[in-house]
Amino acid sequence: MSTTTGRAVRTQSSFSLWANRNRKWVLAAPAMVFVALLIAFPLGWTLYLSFTDAAGSIRAPHDIIGFENYIDVLSDTDRFWPAVGRTAFFTIGAMVVEMVLGMLIALLLWRPFRGQGIVRVIILLPLVATPVAVGMMWRLIFEPTIGFANQFLSWFGIPPQPWLAGEATALPTLMFVDIWQWTPMVVLILLAGLTSLSDEPDEAARVDGANAWQRFWHVTFPLVMPTFITAVLLRGIDALKTFDILYATKGKGGGSFHEVETLNVYAYGLSFDYQKYGESSTVLIIFFLMIIGCIWLLTIRKKRSAS
Amino acid sequence: MTASIAIQAPRRRQKGRGYKAFRAIMLVLVALVFLAPVVWMVLASFKTNVDIYNSEAAFIFTPTTKNYETVFGQADYVQYIWNSFFVAALATLLSLLLAVPAAYAMSRFVMKKSAVLVLLARVIPGVSLLVPWYFVFSNLRIVGTYTPLVLSHMFVSLPLILYIMMSFFDSLPEELEEQAQVDGLTPIGAFLRITLPLSVPGIATASILSFIFSWNNFMFALVLSGASTKTLPVAIFDFVGYASIDWGGLMAAAVVVTIPIMVIALFTQKYIVSGLTAGATKG
Repeated sequence: MSTTTGRAVRTQSSFSLWANRNRKWVLAAPAMVFVALLIAFPLGWTLYLSFTDAAGSIRAPHDIIGFENYIDVLSDTDRFWPAVGRTAFFTIGAMVVEMVLGMLIALLLWRPFRGQGIVRVIILLPLVATPVAVGMMWRLIFEPTIGFANQFLSWFGIPPQPWLAGEATALPTLMFVDIWQWTPMVVLILLAGLTSLSDEPDEAARVDGANAWQRFWHVTFPLVMPTFITAVLLRGIDALKTFDILYATKGKGGGSFHEVETLNVYAYGLSFDYQKYGESSTVLIIFFLMIIGCIWLLTIRKKRSAS
Repeated sequence: MTASIAIQAPRRRQKGRGYKAFRAIMLVLVALVFLAPVVWMVLASFKTNVDIYNSEAAFIFTPTTKNYETVFGQADYVQYIWNSFFVAALATLLSLLLAVPAAYAMSRFVMKKSAVLVLLARVIPGVSLLVPWYFVFSNLRIVGTYTPLVLSHMFVSLPLILYIMMSFFDSLPEELEEQAQVDGLTPIGAFLRITLPLSVPGIATASILSFIFSWNNFMFALVLSGASTKTLPVAIFDFVGYASIDWGGLMAAAVVVTIPIMVIALFTQKYIVSGLTAGATKG
């Protein structure tokens, strides 16, 4: 690579001149074309399929049926709307707990202490672990009869819980798993934000007699606000996309009562467990529009708080 | 006001001691919460199923490697490990080739809109692209080969690398490149010979994270891999398919996929943290 460029410098071939003059696009275009091919085309195809009755074999012929899928999906209070509710509950619930815990742990780790290297490595472990393996690990711990979770509760005289096996407890249990795995991410981001702060405002507030809570709420927190919002966006987006731990622990349809069936699990199941590609595409397009809407709302918030 | 300052000094010292103890306890608690489940998984992978069912054998038991023998014996796990490694490495390498020059251009020319387009890839849920990909790849009759796996994993790696490298190039001063151009290098020559060698830490950060995310990916391989190209997360998932769960074997399989990544993380901690927090402090 570098030798050809070297020769090009000496001879200044017309190609080299052209490439250097248009380097902005020469360098950026390959990646952008790749992403466009992998996103734009599939999204267009999904949009098309959402208006068809594609189902069964992938090569089977299908007909365009207009908005029929959309009417079916939007009036489906049995599977679709509960899935929307679960997705919102999971995303918002997990994200809020992760932000609060993440902020508390980041403050705890902020100032140097002995053994901070070890604690920071430990915090990294859940983050890099394979989500499917994490799901299996917690599946054993939450096993109602042999799991450690119920044994732990029994030490405090609390009766055993069904955890993943319960219709009402499965989704909160999986939120707990998500929180366990991803709170460290929030901690790392907020720590980076906290460490970049100058000590002076905090010192000034201390001299003025502000207590720890006042210094945090009126000085530190507003200063890390931009980082905090970045973390909210990152975690919100990732929680919204959660699929691995749900499908790995509860399988097809999100359990026998669809108790953990979020939009991701629902759309995946429609496509690959039931081969209803048309209907699944409709679910995906609606999901996609919902995501765009949420991001739009959040970025408006971010701009407003930044100004 | 003066009074409060006067009494604050001794009170703070006292509170300091109490706070130190409280902080130490909380730190141990935090470390325990994040470490204990992993330790539990590793312990269970060395237990017989009888010991797993026996709560008195939680910590004191005779370790056995039987579970690992089951995992490596019954299924073609060596092949799965290779598949995971090969797909993650190739997807990372190809993504680097595309994303590093693009990140450089987007950083130097401040191409905000183009960057947003690529970063959109981080927002879109994987399922929404899986259906059309499956259509295309099965019509090309390549589902089950490495090609769709690598391409789909690149879809995760490329935006990630682009994001990390953009914030790396943003922090790299332009003076050296300008100097190199004064000395007779073309702009692209300056990028290849001056900027790239200086970017090794950034590229290392991006590569490690891209490898980890690709190694951990489940959904794409679940649909696009075949019996011989199956990756480890899918292999673990298939482990549960049978009537009753072999907990010892399942935990051994989970350890086989998780521990390599955790060991990598131990040695490259700095890079991982800098990659995960890249651009976050800019707001």
